[in-house]
Amino acid sequence: MRLTSKHLFWLKVIIHLVALWPIGYLVISVMAGDAGGDPVQYIIHYTGVGALNTLVILLMISPLARRLKQGILIQTRRLIGLYVFAYASLHILAFISLDLLFEWSLLFQEILKRPYILVGAVAYLILIALSITSLKVIRKKMGRRWQQLHNWVYLVAALVPIHFYWSVKSEIIEPSIYILIVIGLLSLRLSISKKLSQTMSRLRLKLSSQ
Amino acid sequence: MKFTKGLLQRASWDIKDAEVTPEAVFNDRRRIVKAMGLGALGASIPGHVQAGIFDLFGENKTQSPFITSSLSFTTNQAFAGQGIATPFNKVTSHNNFYEFGTSKQDPSENAQGFKIDPWKLVIEGEVEQTLTLDLDDLTKLMVLEERTYRLRCVEAWSMVIPWVGFPLATLLKKAGVKSNATHVAFETLFDPEQMPGQKSRLMGGGIHYPYVEGLTINEAMNDLSFLAVGLYGKTLPPQNGAPIRLVVPWKYGFKSIKSIVRIRVMDKQPPTSWNQLASHEYGFYANVNPDVDHPRWSQATERRIGEGGLFSAKRINTQMFNGYGEQVADLYQGLDLKSHF
Repeated sequence: MRLTSKHLFWLKVIIHLVALWPIGYLVISVMAGDAGGDPVQYIIHYTGVGALNTLVILLMISPLARRLKQGILIQTRRLIGLYVFAYASLHILAFISLDLLFEWSLLFQEILKRPYILVGAVAYLILIALSITSLKVIRKKMGRRWQQLHNWVYLVAALVPIHFYWSVKSEIIEPSIYILIVIGLLSLRLSISKKLSQTMSRLRLKLSSQ
Repeated sequence: MKFTKGLLQRASWDIKDAEVTPEAVFNDRRRIVKAMGLGALGASIPGHVQAGIFDLFGENKTQSPFITSSLSFTTNQAFAGQGIATPFNKVTSHNNFYEFGTSKQDPSENAQGFKIDPWKLVIEGEVEQTLTLDLDDLTKLMVLEERTYRLRCVEAWSMVIPWVGFPLATLLKKAGVKSNATHVAFETLFDPEQMPGQKSRLMGGGIHYPYVEGLTINEAMNDLSFLAVGLYGKTLPPQNGAPIRLVVPWKYGFKSIKSIVRIRVMDKQPPTSWNQLASHEYGFYANVNPDVDHPRWSQATERRIGEGGLFSAKRINTQMFNGYGEQVADLYQGLDLKSHF
């Protein structure tokens, strides 16, 4: 069955529900005391991993659309990408408000001093740029440069697991798994683009020999 | 409080008794708030859904909690603490005890079945006589006192906790420390059946178990070094290191080893767990020092976990030796604390 634009509507409704549920769950568990006596680190970690999970799902969309021959899935990427941004924003907001308690000078010191925070901050700045330019008007105005800019999502995908790995004291197994997943997802694209460029050059050869 | 030239003075770390919320009052408040919140929510939801929501709210987790009992002790007025003590429920539900999992709420969730009876604490090594103490000895043989200490975690959060216990020196003197002793080593119980973190690398954060820690003999004999068997007037819950743990208030929290089974007096520096794992991040001394940053956390300030909700925490300046410099600074004369961190 090929998905149509009618299906797309419901798909987006489901995406909203799936993406919002964990935030509701977080609020309930913090209110109920299930997130520990001082849930600050829990909230920061939860929203950070939320952003990373959403990013992994985002990166799975286009290989999945290709494999399943459901081109319309590509149209969910903007929405899912914005949820990556939303979770990343909650993550940073929690860090600034709950951990640093709005000590802005400390925030800037920390960004400069700690490589893992710097890496996270760079990834977040890219996410801001991608989110702003996701507006249709801007996308149209940017033309071909839009795709160039949005290819930076691959840099985000590389930086965020490094940020995670670097931030933990000793629990490296979970971030290591994410690093492997992202390497897998990125290499998938490398092989695709390699094949694409191979066919392109073969085509060019054919054209020039004619 | 301390006596100087016959005058009763309030020491810098003192707090007024009135500033510490009694646990009973605190629990009552919490019960009332909880009853109100859940009552209002519950009234609007059908029965079977309610049961599910009450599960979510952790009501059935209290079915088989670890049982703590009251202790008899005197309050040491010299260490009555500073600032408002961190509420009991936060002290007992925000713990680093990787043997029970690496997230802060894991220990209080996974340690409730922990067995501390029978327990054996051995004091051995360079001592006149090896001591083997059981649980009864720990609470009855020793004269118990309450001291309110600040606890500063290397992760830049801090608490104020009223501990019950006795000075480490008192116990070491009972065993008789030999003159060639230079260090004291401590070891946590190794029991993977009870401590899931020791069984699985995923849960235990990659630490090589059993967890070990150490002090120099002068640090160990300092009056501040304390062996705690209780907090808030009751025996320790397992997530806080039942039945006996070390408290070294001028050092980062990870030096205060929990659930101790072995104390070995030595003539050389013992290995310590976090130093073994990442020696460039965690030194042997681990003295609280606002001037020496950890690679991941600035140590200049700390987030004090006190009463109230999420946004009520305060960020305060971290003090050298966590504010206990008066008692311990002389231990480090001539030592470069930037390289011996």
